[in-house]
Amino acid sequence: MDEKTILLMKGISKSFPGVQALKNVDFDLMKGEVHGLLGENGAGKSTLIKILTGVYQKDEGEIFLEGKPVVINNPRDALNLGIAAIYQELALQPYLSVAENIFLGHEITKQSKLVRFINWKKTHEEARKILKELELDLDLNTPIKELGIGQQQMVEIAKVLSKNAKIVIMDEPTSSLSEKETEELFKVIFRLKEKGISVIYISHRLEEIFKICDRVTVMRDGEKIVTLNPKTTTKDELIRYMVGRTLEQHYPKIETKKGEEALRVENLTRKGLFENISFTAYTGEILGIAGLVGAGRTEIVRAIFGADPIDSGKIYIFGKERKITSPQDAIREGLVLIPEDRKTQGLILIQTVLDNIVLSSLPKYKKGLLLNYREMTNESFDLIKRLNIKTPTAKKVVKELSGGNQQKVVIAKWLTQKARIFIFDEPTRGIDVGAKVEIYNIMNELVKNGASVIMISSELPEILGMSDRIIVIHEGRVTAEFSREDADQEKIMKAATAAG
Amino acid sequence: MLEKAKNTQEAAKINWGKVKNILSSAGVLIALIVLSAILAILSPYFLEVENLMNIARQSAINSLIAVGMLLTILTAGIDLSVGSVLALSSVVMAILIKNMGINPLLGMIVGLGVGAFLGFLNGIMLTKLHLPHPFISTLGMMNIARGLALILTKATPISGFPPVVQFIGAGSIGVVPISFLVVIGVYIIYHIFLTRTPTGRYIYAIGGNIEAARLSGINVEKVLVIVYTLSGLMAAVGGLVLVGRVNAAYPLAGLGYELDAIAAVIIGGASFMGGVGTVWGTLVGAIIMAVIRNGLNLLSVSPEWQTVIIGSVIIGAVYLDVLRRRMETKTK
Repeated sequence: MDEKTILLMKGISKSFPGVQALKNVDFDLMKGEVHGLLGENGAGKSTLIKILTGVYQKDEGEIFLEGKPVVINNPRDALNLGIAAIYQELALQPYLSVAENIFLGHEITKQSKLVRFINWKKTHEEARKILKELELDLDLNTPIKELGIGQQQMVEIAKVLSKNAKIVIMDEPTSSLSEKETEELFKVIFRLKEKGISVIYISHRLEEIFKICDRVTVMRDGEKIVTLNPKTTTKDELIRYMVGRTLEQHYPKIETKKGEEALRVENLTRKGLFENISFTAYTGEILGIAGLVGAGRTEIVRAIFGADPIDSGKIYIFGKERKITSPQDAIREGLVLIPEDRKTQGLILIQTVLDNIVLSSLPKYKKGLLLNYREMTNESFDLIKRLNIKTPTAKKVVKELSGGNQQKVVIAKWLTQKARIFIFDEPTRGIDVGAKVEIYNIMNELVKNGASVIMISSELPEILGMSDRIIVIHEGRVTAEFSREDADQEKIMKAATAAG
Repeated sequence: MLEKAKNTQEAAKINWGKVKNILSSAGVLIALIVLSAILAILSPYFLEVENLMNIARQSAINSLIAVGMLLTILTAGIDLSVGSVLALSSVVMAILIKNMGINPLLGMIVGLGVGAFLGFLNGIMLTKLHLPHPFISTLGMMNIARGLALILTKATPISGFPPVVQFIGAGSIGVVPISFLVVIGVYIIYHIFLTRTPTGRYIYAIGGNIEAARLSGINVEKVLVIVYTLSGLMAAVGGLVLVGRVNAAYPLAGLGYELDAIAAVIIGGASFMGGVGTVWGTLVGAIIMAVIRNGLNLLSVSPEWQTVIIGSVIIGAVYLDVLRRRMETKTK
């Protein structure tokens, strides 16, 4: 191992129930290096980082820090070893000052016999010193909530430095920064380099990788694909490494006949989230919505479903303009949403399969004033059979089902309705391969029977494997539309990252 | 043939699930029986019909208020205003009947209307003003209603009502108090409401996961307004019973009743996180509280110590529930 290598991760493997998240991954980091980590959603970047920061435990492999093997069992261990991460959601206390935040959790104190008091003078001195090293002009007494998001990130970096970090991990640090703030951040990253601190830099934005990284490692499907010097490569080559060449999974796509216009949206806008979104979905087809996490896709479909408000724009359902201001409105029009997080948005976890399936159409089962349990039970049995939901009884609590079966319960809930437009938001996230195919088959059945399916997915192979038509969203705008024949991974990735 | 076998198997499993449900909600019932057995041994008078009817009468008001409280707790909310709503609705009724000479039946109905309306306002504050938690809106209402009750009566009780008003609180058929029969009737209605109507099921769904309920097309705001309206109404029903029993409307009536109602709901196995709880659990919870108070009176334990013991029972009951849940997850 060369002397300048500060971190070496060797043969790291990690699996979760039903998924192998990391397969025998090697990763190394030099002193004072900015090392980019690149890959699609689900490629294994976050898992690797979480193992390094002690959030997850590795199944196999070894970690060496400055040549010595280390054990990282929890985030505290990682911090003590000088490994610190800055996440997308900043972890600062909004009502405390800059100085307080920098030393939060490791306050500088003076010890008296009984109590530890905070040494404010020394706290401010030290904080000032750190800010000076980073050449940051911040007032130590300002409460965090009065700072812009870019400045908050600087405080986050100062905080990490105050803990004597040797390795700083930045996860999509520029995702909510303006161009000017991004420039500021890059300057600070260069100063970190000068101090001999190493940075692991995760980003989807290829331009940034080229601008600041000394080396870049590409991951895909839990494996390390390549590590190379950005100066010797091109954007196209990087994209090719990221997406791979073949569709490895099986997608049971069937031929269907495109029918009438089901949903048309025109110039849908919600300030700060998405702008001028227009597209059309037809019966008998699956419309894929591709893009990166955070591009605004979920926000768009939630607004169409009436879960969130819109500022302007029009929604047409089967040719007629409709005002949709609540999910009830959408459901009445036959438009339903299978939300991206089934646990927090799709299901009442503490209730039974039966309760969840009938929830959205309870009034339908009324006989006189009261609910007819026999009818509810019968329809649930039918749907459990039709969707092949694996549960011993309809009275099983949904919390105890596997992810794939939970997702089928969410779908079953909408099949008790006469819905004709189904929006699936990340329908196969976190479920095993077999259940994925079953979900695809349900979509096939829906479009075959004349429904319109809209599918948001961050997995390109899924988008390409199942969609008849694809639109791509980048930073709240539609940046491209492809037919099934025209689309390929590289074109979509380019539109999704606005590269090239 | 196979199909049939499967179906019967399914049915058998459902029954087993039901049995398990009943058993787990019977936990508090068993506690009540054990408690009664101990008291029966310690004091022979405890099991006398007269004393049992006393307990039935003493538990009635708390039972009535607690069923409304149960609804709010099922939605992961709370209603702190019930004691004050009880007072304001009963003094309004008293003023109408005694000072203004309105027909007593009409006066009683208006009194119930006042309770429902105050609860309705609680619901509106929560859903339309978007106050962050019903703790706040109902805390405000608790003070407002109490203040108005004192202002309207100039802080003096109003007493001496016609028999029709006294009937519900003080009357009895044979040895059975009318108030207890009202409780049984109310509980049956609420049981059916919660288990057999869409709105009742929505209440559980909202408490289980409000966001999923909303995204399932449930009009969450409407359901919450109904819940708080019913809670106010039940406080007023409690007030009606109280006025009948003591033949007077006190502006300071119902002080601290919200805490007794919450205690009954929690002892009865409802989850403070919402989504879990039954009317029968709550009824048993209210009876347990009355039994403890009654038993301690029979044993000549001072009221001060009674309070200490009630507090310990609340903590103990919830702790038992925590233990039971932990064992359940362990056996899985």
